[in-house]
Amino acid sequence: MFDTLLDALALLGHLDSQVIAIVWLSFKVGLSTVTLATLIGLPLGALVAVASFPGRAATTVFLNGMMGLPSVVVGVIVYLFLSRSGPFGSLGLLYSPPAMIMAQTVLVVPLMAALTRQIIEDAWREYGTEFRSMRFSLRHSVAALLYDCRYSLVVTVLAGMGRSLSEVGAVMIVGGNIEGFTRVMTTAIALETAKGDLALSLALGLVLLTVVLLLNTGAYHLRQWAMRKYG
Amino acid sequence: MFPIRLADIHFTPGGRSVLAGVDLDIDKDGITVILGPNGAGKTVLLRMLAGLQAPHRGEVLWNGNGLPAAGIAMVFQHPVLLRSSVFYNAGLGLKPLGLTRAETASRTMHTLERVGLAHRADDSARLLSGGERQRLALARAWAMRPQLLLLDEPTAALDPSATEAVERIVREIRSDGTRILMTTHNLGQAMRIPDDIVFLSGGRIVERAPASRFFARPQTAEAKLFIQGELPWRIAFDD
Repeated sequence: MFDTLLDALALLGHLDSQVIAIVWLSFKVGLSTVTLATLIGLPLGALVAVASFPGRAATTVFLNGMMGLPSVVVGVIVYLFLSRSGPFGSLGLLYSPPAMIMAQTVLVVPLMAALTRQIIEDAWREYGTEFRSMRFSLRHSVAALLYDCRYSLVVTVLAGMGRSLSEVGAVMIVGGNIEGFTRVMTTAIALETAKGDLALSLALGLVLLTVVLLLNTGAYHLRQWAMRKYG
Repeated sequence: MFPIRLADIHFTPGGRSVLAGVDLDIDKDGITVILGPNGAGKTVLLRMLAGLQAPHRGEVLWNGNGLPAAGIAMVFQHPVLLRSSVFYNAGLGLKPLGLTRAETASRTMHTLERVGLAHRADDSARLLSGGERQRLALARAWAMRPQLLLLDEPTAALDPSATEAVERIVREIRSDGTRILMTTHNLGQAMRIPDDIVFLSGGRIVERAPASRFFARPQTAEAKLFIQGELPWRIAFDD
């Protein structure tokens, strides 16, 4: 086990091209997913928190339930849509990074929307009356609340990033784990472990852990700074 | 907007009578203080005038019509300030008005100057003192150039110096042509600021009179007791 760890560190130390390519693709897919999911999930969650509409409670329960959506199920559904006989088969996206981004966005949006709804709903309880007295429209209220809660919402974005980087089922199904094209850290770890190349798996695992720790450290310091600056 | 008419207003949340048949006409000039003990229904009345609360019975009419789309601003006892700069918070009420960025900035800065907070424009609003926060809330409302400004106990938690600053700003807003209604249970303030007093007790308007006459010759026993500091509204504690 100690030898495996040394081999893993050596792979990282020598900036192994295979490791770099896998990590680079993982970040591209992860960041694209989080960007898309942020643009969709945050306004969606805020809208559910602020708007009054029939079925709001059911929508909230649905969003909360979708936080635990099994990634393989999402993978299969997106696969069906993108497969040659599916409605978007002509786009030829299956087994490509865009397909992986689509699948992960479907997974991450409900998570970010549900967390955002909770944060914004708490703020809305505090600000709602004052916003209504200023004749704020729904759009103004959502925009102001998202802005006011921006530092709390960093945690939401981090959760989305974590879900995206650690997810394996959906990207395996729609990406196919093709070397040099759709292989990301999680699918590579699964494959290399099965093949017995534990050093590469461990090296990628160390990268994943480091990234998660760095992101959380950054978020912690950002919140501390925001607390000092804005109270 | 004016005259505003409240006719036979009842408000009975959970069966408890907060307002019990309030009739009130509000014309377009001056400062009116709604005076009364805690629980008299002052805040609810202001919220109805702002369109934030509907009566359970009776109606509120603004120049014979429903709630106008703009022209009313309200400052709360504990104003909400967003996690941003003083400048951002002062301009917040202008967002729905569809002004250009330049107009918004100029109007916001001008109002901050008038409340003496221009030098704090870039500071965080949430780190202001209580008095400064209330001046900022007034600036936010003033920047909207409302026809009617509703102030809900704006100085309740302020020291005398901060109270004096708020009162000075309120008079300036009035001199800009804004009609002001404010609630208070501070008798000194009720003597200093208003043109007339509406005295509310037990969910009813017991007396309405010019401020000088109200304090010199109150017409009702309840108003007399309130002015003398008697406490017929003493809170009953369970043994």
